[in-house]
Amino acid sequence: MFRLTTYCVLLALALAAYGELHPPAQVTAGNGFSISSTGQGDATFYLIGPSHVAKRQVKLGQDIAVDSTEVKKAGRYLAIACGSGGCSRSAFYVMAAEPDKISFLLHPSRVPVKANDAINATAFVFDEFHNLVLAPVMVNFKVIPKTGPSFTRPVKATRGVAWMRMASTPKEGPVKVIAEVAKASEPRIIQQVASDACNLRIKATRTAKGVLVETDPVRDCSGNAVPDGTIVSFTEIDGQGKTTVDAPIKKGIARTELPVSGSARISVASGVVMGNEISLGGRL
Amino acid sequence: MKGFLPIFIIVVTAVLVGMAWVQSGGVALHEMHSASTPQEAVEALITNVQQRNWDRAYARLANTNDVEKLAFIRDLAGSNGNLRTYSSLQKFSVWPVHASADNATMRVRLTWSSAVGPLDDVRDLYVKKEGSAWKVVWPKPQFAKVPPQVIPVNYLRWDVIGRGASDDWGVQNVDNPNVRITSMNAVERPDRVVIVGEVVNEDTVPAYVNVNATLLNPDGKPIDQEGSFDMISHTLLPKQVSPYRIDFPGIHLKQVKSVRMDVKAMLGPASADPVIAVTDQKMDKDPLGKNVLRGALVNQSGQTVNIAQVLAVYYDANGKVIWVSDGYVDQALLPQVAIPFAVDVPEDVAPKIQNYHVLVNHYSINQSS
Repeated sequence: MFRLTTYCVLLALALAAYGELHPPAQVTAGNGFSISSTGQGDATFYLIGPSHVAKRQVKLGQDIAVDSTEVKKAGRYLAIACGSGGCSRSAFYVMAAEPDKISFLLHPSRVPVKANDAINATAFVFDEFHNLVLAPVMVNFKVIPKTGPSFTRPVKATRGVAWMRMASTPKEGPVKVIAEVAKASEPRIIQQVASDACNLRIKATRTAKGVLVETDPVRDCSGNAVPDGTIVSFTEIDGQGKTTVDAPIKKGIARTELPVSGSARISVASGVVMGNEISLGGRL
Repeated sequence: MKGFLPIFIIVVTAVLVGMAWVQSGGVALHEMHSASTPQEAVEALITNVQQRNWDRAYARLANTNDVEKLAFIRDLAGSNGNLRTYSSLQKFSVWPVHASADNATMRVRLTWSSAVGPLDDVRDLYVKKEGSAWKVVWPKPQFAKVPPQVIPVNYLRWDVIGRGASDDWGVQNVDNPNVRITSMNAVERPDRVVIVGEVVNEDTVPAYVNVNATLLNPDGKPIDQEGSFDMISHTLLPKQVSPYRIDFPGIHLKQVKSVRMDVKAMLGPASADPVIAVTDQKMDKDPLGKNVLRGALVNQSGQTVNIAQVLAVYYDANGKVIWVSDGYVDQALLPQVAIPFAVDVPEDVAPKIQNYHVLVNHYSINQSS
C-alpha cells in the first residue's frame, strides 16, 4: 500500500513537470488565439502546421499565445511542448475563414447555339488566405446574354464547390457569366457560335471563264450567320470530269468560279450538311 | 641521228594537237557524235542532266534553235521555288517505244529524290539521226505566263492569344478545337496494314490536327503505334474534312484484334487562302499502264503556291473509305494557271472505286499555313 501511494505521488510530480496543452476546439484561419498549458518550468513550444512551423521558449502553466500569421492555412496543426520531464502534444484544426475569393471555370469557351446542358460553370470558394471554404455557402451565377434578359441562378456550394449546367441560347454572340460569393465576383465570357449551316443554297451565273457559283448568305437553323472561314465544298461534274473547290465563307457568302463545259451538275456541302443541286444545260 | 629530229618534232606536235583537242571539248564532241543508238543518245543526255552539266546536256539537243537554254534548264531544274528546285535526279531508265532507221521515240523514267520522297517523271523523247550520231529533240517547254492583273483577295486569318503564364489557375482560356473522326477502315495490303478514314473539324475555328492509331493484338496489348505524318491535311478550317492514312509496315490484319484511334487537335494560326480548285478529275491510265487519278490544280488566289500535295480519298459503293493516296506536284501553282497532277491508285482498289474526293495541301515560301 505504501509502495502504491509512492508511485502515485511520483507520477503526479512527473505530470506536473511534463505539462499539458489545451488548444481551442475550433480555430478560424487568420485569427490569433491562446493555448492554455499546465505544469511548471520552462519548455520548448513547437507549432507544426500544413505550411508553417514555429519554435519558441514558453513557460508551462501559462497561456501560450499563437499569432494570427501562424495559422493562415486551414488544416490539422500539432502543438508540442517539451520540458524537462518530456514532451506533450495536442492536435487541433484550423478552419477556413469567411469566403473572400472565388475561382471560376466556365467550359467550353465556344459553344453552338441551342445546345442542351452544353455550358458548365464551376466555382471554387476560398477565403482570403486561399483556403477552400468547406462550409456551405451560396454562390450566385449571374448570366448576361448579348440579347435578352439576364438572370441569376443561386447554387449552394458543397465542400467548397458550386456548379451548374445550362443550355446555350438560340442567338449567337458572347454570354457573360459572373460567379459571385460575398464581395467576390469573377466574370467569364463564353462565345455562342452558329451551329451547322441550314438550307444551304447556291446560285450560278455565267462568266467569260465558266460559271460563278455562290451561296446565299449561309445561316444556321436559328438564323445566325455561320462564321467566316467555314469551308463550303462545291462539286461540279461535267463531261471533262469532276471539279471540286473548298471555298471559305467570306462576308457571309462562299463563292467560286468553276470551269464548265457543256451540261453539268453543281452541288454544295458544308461539313456533313448537303445543299441544293443545280443542273446546267447548254445555257443557264 | 639525222632522221630523229623530224620524227621527234612530229611526235611532239601530235601530242600538243591531241591535248588541244581534249582541252577544247573534243572528247565530249566525240561522245556526242558517237551516240550510235537512240538509247545511247538519251542516256548520255540524262547523265549530263544528273550531273547538272547543263552546257553539255544542252549541246546534245538536236533542236537548240527551238529551245532556249534557260528554258531547257528551267524545265529540268525547276523554278519559282517549286519542289523540283529542291530535288536531284537519283536514277533513270530508258526504253524504246518506237524506232526506225533515222528516228525513234524513247520513254524515259526519271526518279528525282526530294525532301518529301522520290518523285517519278515519265517522258517520251523524240530522237533523230543527224549524220552518224543520234540526238534528242527536246519538247519545247511551255511555261504558263500570268498576265498582269489585279486579283482582289479578302484575306481571312486567325491568330490565337492563349492564357498568359502569370494568370491564376482557373482564368479563362480558349478551348482546343472540336474535331471528330467520321470514318475508319483497316485495309490489308500485301506488305502492311493500312488505316484509312476521314476526320472533320466541327468547330468554328481552325484546327491543327494529327491522327494516331495503335494496333492491338487479341490480348489487348499494343502491336504498333503510328501517326498519319503527311497523309493528312494537318490544318483544317471550320467544317473542313480531311482524309488520313496510317501505314503499319510488316503487319498483317490477322494479327490485329482491334485498333485504338487517337485524334489530337490544337489551336493554331491559319489562313483561309489560297483557295485551290481541283478540276477535270477522272480515273485514267498513265503511260506505264498504271491506274491513276488525274486532274489539274488551279490556284484561285493571287499568291504563288510553291509546293502542293494532292490527297485523294476513294469510296466504294457504300460510301466507305477504301483507300487514300497522295502525290506531290513538282511545279509551282501560279495564280489562275492549271497545273496537271496524277496520283497512283492500286490495281486491286481501282475497280471498287465509286467516288473520290481530292484535297490539296499547300506550302508557300512566304506563308506556312
